[in-house]
Amino acid sequence: MSALLQSMNSRAASLNIPLGVQLDVTYRCNERCVHCYLDHDDHGEMTLEEIRGVLDQLAAAGTFFLTLSGGEVLMRRDFFDILEHARKHLFCVRIKTNACMIGEKQADRLRDLGVESIQVSIYSHRPEVHDAITKLPGSLKRSIEAIRRLKARGVKVIIANVLMAQNFGDYPGVRLLARELGVESTIDPTITPKMDGDRSILGLGIGIGELKAVMHDETLVGDIAEFCAPPPPVDSDVLDELPCSASHTYCYISPYGDVFPCVQFPLPTGNVRQQAFLDIWRYSPAMNDVRSIRPRELPVCSTCSHVGGCTRCPGLAYMAGDMRGPSVQDCEKSYARTGIPSANMMLRAAVRHDLVQIHL
Amino acid sequence: MNVYPARSNQIAARMLGDEMMIMSPRDATLFSLNEAGALIWQSADGHTPVSEIVQRVCQEFDVEPDEARADVESFLSELAGHRILNFTEEAQ
Ligand code: SF4
Ligand code: SF4
Repeated sequence: MSALLQSMNSRAASLNIPLGVQLDVTYRCNERCVHCYLDHDDHGEMTLEEIRGVLDQLAAAGTFFLTLSGGEVLMRRDFFDILEHARKHLFCVRIKTNACMIGEKQADRLRDLGVESIQVSIYSHRPEVHDAITKLPGSLKRSIEAIRRLKARGVKVIIANVLMAQNFGDYPGVRLLARELGVESTIDPTITPKMDGDRSILGLGIGIGELKAVMHDETLVGDIAEFCAPPPPVDSDVLDELPCSASHTYCYISPYGDVFPCVQFPLPTGNVRQQAFLDIWRYSPAMNDVRSIRPRELPVCSTCSHVGGCTRCPGLAYMAGDMRGPSVQDCEKSYARTGIPSANMMLRAAVRHDLVQIHL
Repeated sequence: MNVYPARSNQIAARMLGDEMMIMSPRDATLFSLNEAGALIWQSADGHTPVSEIVQRVCQEFDVEPDEARADVESFLSELAGHRILNFTEEAQ
């Protein structure tokens, strides 16, 4: 992160400004990805006028980074009206899409409207693997054609690759494909539970052995010794540090107007159909509860040697039952990185041990 | 001859407290403008000539016209170098 971006973030945090917002404009989608956490039916999306009103409010609140996502954003026929309005307000707009519906005309408009970047999901360089995940035949071909179109117009594209057992072996192929296309690529080993709480899709994720391999792949992490170094010592700075940006400088708005601390943190804080956005952002008790969290008061994490280096996601912890609890996926990442078990893992092992004794 | 600076329609911009944050479209570089910079930037609307922008700066910040002109011109050409704005010879 550049120094200016860092200082911008801390200024926004101290001024209580929602610098970054993700707005999902629809949950409808033309793909049916096996790991997707959304319900794709339309349960009453905000209208164009409602979305314009939300964008007006976000601009007035000081939001600079606006991510438009879904579902598939282009399932909305009025998507370009939304984008036009967003750009009128001079947001730095990032779009997440599978790009299958970006033809020549759409690519022209995306260039002309000055979006900062477009993130396209690609799961494999092999159609049989990618299309089996999206369940849309021909989707890899269409996504790649769209990336070429955007690149040819000078639009910045980032390939995002979610790692699962099903496509794990293909990530070097996806990175090669990105290089050939002249675009950046990221990988994400995190599967999010479904919004209704169903955790069954977590079983699609990669195992701890594969996670270790990813964390020790220098083409991904750079300096392995530095990336996988033991966590920094736990001192009062670490224990009083602000956690992630959720509720501090960032929040998420669903197609139905629900405001959450983050796209991966479905704690209800209010709805822009009933309340002004800034009232939710500033005064919602739930938003302020998230804001008040510091590592020091986390019952398990405050006793964990990883606490200073862990990417603990309070949203995943919330979905597991307690936003102040450990996030199992992050425990696994900390362990895969350093080989040092987390406090949570040790606690669970102790509980398992006790259970075995009871059974005996 | 009057020159009219005009903000690019490709940039992203927002006031953050008393600073103006701007992102350049070419290389995603972030800029932060102080109060004077923000005033000049906001005046670059395509129909305000540089001479009038200089006057505004003199009024707001109590600087000599010659000094203000030099500062405004170098600031505007720096922004133009990053394609954050461009110059036209006719008001838009
Ligand atoms: S750590 Fe989790 S809740 Fe926080 S910003 Fe990241 S995804 Fe969102
Ligand atoms: S590794 Fe697990 S227990 Fe330790 S700080 Fe991270 S989330 Fe908490």
